[in-house]
Amino acid sequence: MTEKSTIVVFSGDLDKVYASFIIATTAASMGREVSMFFTFWGLNVLRKKRFLFGAPNFLQKMFGVLNQGGAERLPLSKFHMFGLGTFFMKFLMKKYQMERITEMLKLSKELNIKIIACTTSIAVMGLKKEDFVPEVDELAGASTYLADAFDGKLNLFI
Amino acid sequence: MKADKTLDCYGLLCPMPIVKAAQEIKKLQVGQVLEVLSTDIGIKSDMPAWCKTTGNEFLSAEESDGEYKVYVKKTIE
Repeated sequence: MTEKSTIVVFSGDLDKVYASFIIATTAASMGREVSMFFTFWGLNVLRKKRFLFGAPNFLQKMFGVLNQGGAERLPLSKFHMFGLGTFFMKFLMKKYQMERITEMLKLSKELNIKIIACTTSIAVMGLKKEDFVPEVDELAGASTYLADAFDGKLNLFI
Repeated sequence: MKADKTLDCYGLLCPMPIVKAAQEIKKLQVGQVLEVLSTDIGIKSDMPAWCKTTGNEFLSAEESDGEYKVYVKKTIE
């Protein structure tokens, strides 16, 4: 049976999310059955970039203005410098021929990596299924993640 | 060393050389040799590690001026 590897992507920072994708795609290339569980800030990777005008709660709408999401808008974990950090990092990534986050997400799907979005984070942020990109396989909770995690040796929290 | 297929990964950084090599090897038949061209200095230990985990055979690595050629034989279907 193929061994499972899991990664919890809690962070929504460009640098940390990129590291998650590098590890996930390499693990998949080494024969592991990989799943990535995106929770809290990680959901921003899987969201279509938009204001959350449709969110049920006023706080969530306000939060949706500050936190539009979208894989191309992820901040750096350090030296974000009000957006300059991401801009510089993307410039460097292009120079070194590194794939963009959206391409890494597509590559993950090609390698049969399971992309799971956390239902609790979705509810708290006032998101809906339609707010997510098509690459998302499942909306699920901790039990789904843990069932996979218990099966494998590699379980990361990023 | 003679190879059945050459994969050019010059200029690509981890994970792309290994990810692409893994995809190429899928297309080969058992016993065939894949040559991977890379400028990624990590390839010297990444490729043997990949081989060890997947059960394929790492044949050799050549280096000249920052350009690496690694040779992998497909031994598992």
